[in-house]
Amino acid sequence: MSAQGNVARWDRVTVCFGTHRALDGASFAVPVGGVTALLGRNGAGKTTAIRTLLGLLAPTRGSVEVLGHDALAVPPALRARIGYVGEGHPLPRWMKVKDVVAYQASGFPTFDRAQCTRWLERFDVPRTRRVMQLSRGMRAQLALAVALAPRPDFVVMDDPALGLDTVARREFLEVMIDLIQEEGRTLLLTSHVLTDVERVADRVVLLDRGVVRVDAPLDDVRRLVRRYELVHAGVPPETLEPIAGLVRARRRHGRWTVTVRGEEAAVVAAVRATGAEVAGVEPLSLEDVFVEYTTREEVLS
Amino acid sequence: MPIFRVDPSRGEPPFQQLVDAVKRAVATGALSPGDRLPSVRDLARELVLNPNTIAKAFRELESEGVTVSRPGAGTFVAERRPTMSREERRRRLEEGFEAVLTEAVPWGATDEETRKAFEDAMARLRGAKGGGS
Repeated sequence: MSAQGNVARWDRVTVCFGTHRALDGASFAVPVGGVTALLGRNGAGKTTAIRTLLGLLAPTRGSVEVLGHDALAVPPALRARIGYVGEGHPLPRWMKVKDVVAYQASGFPTFDRAQCTRWLERFDVPRTRRVMQLSRGMRAQLALAVALAPRPDFVVMDDPALGLDTVARREFLEVMIDLIQEEGRTLLLTSHVLTDVERVADRVVLLDRGVVRVDAPLDDVRRLVRRYELVHAGVPPETLEPIAGLVRARRRHGRWTVTVRGEEAAVVAAVRATGAEVAGVEPLSLEDVFVEYTTREEVLS
Repeated sequence: MPIFRVDPSRGEPPFQQLVDAVKRAVATGALSPGDRLPSVRDLARELVLNPNTIAKAFRELESEGVTVSRPGAGTFVAERRPTMSREERRRRLEEGFEAVLTEAVPWGATDEETRKAFEDAMARLRGAKGGGS
């Protein structure tokens, strides 16, 4: 691992597709151990970030480091320590489940067949069925089992819950909890199911149009980002004076509501300095925080 | 062992919800002094939560004196000792009520309603305790 204790690090990474910037000067890191969730709306740059991490895509500018090496030049022995569960779960359609397992096992000396079998039994994936005959959920579970069976140190999952129904998603989360229980393993995942992220993540990185908006421990995000309802003496102003850490401001029913990141006492003081009072404070779920950071601002009225 | 409920879609962070759930179980008597809590590992499995979240809740409970951990044996509900001075207890009660009342006054709650809500809450706690033991 690199000196900073990071498994992976993006340093001012820009990726251009024509004139479109999928990533725009993004810097963030995945520390050793624990679970980092990479969040953002569709097109925010999550998959692009993961593709640069896996060395499948070269940054236009900046660099990506993984396991102490440039992502484009990771030695094969180290690469085998990275497990990847991809979006859409690409697997050979004509293979039988047990053949997929045998095929994967042949490629990884550390492949744990017993564990792989246990997972497939837990998921009820029939061993003799062909991949093309499996449901989407079962394909996802098979992809997960074979990606994790080599016991990789670093697991990268791009929207692994996509296509899973509620029960399958819960089973999948349980497997993830098992994985986290093993000391020193690092997970990076993207997901749109924020209640799941809330269950498993230690850290969140929030991308919005290729830019890093949040990079912090989940607990800090939950504690520091809150919604404040303001009251002004007389008629509320048309525009608000700036408040440090402001995420979003809206005027509704003649009252201002602001979402601010900061210690509550400091925010209340900052609000008072603008001549308003705080009428109420509301903690936000991760889903609320996500919406507050990524909603395209409507015209305020 | 009571079932602790943690719902990540709620406003409070999951670790805080678990802390509150354990405190509540102790308050209602569903958990008694000396009862052993499940291990971090088992609770992580059962609640489908990151073990770090469970460990953080356990640390918080211990620092508040709700539980004690014995190395190698596990985490137990603490004996109810008057570790707090009378003065400290009074200060904390005052603080707690003040927080509730500050909320309630702007809603226009009358003194009568407030008193009744307090008595109902006490009765509920006692009722749950009677039913649980």
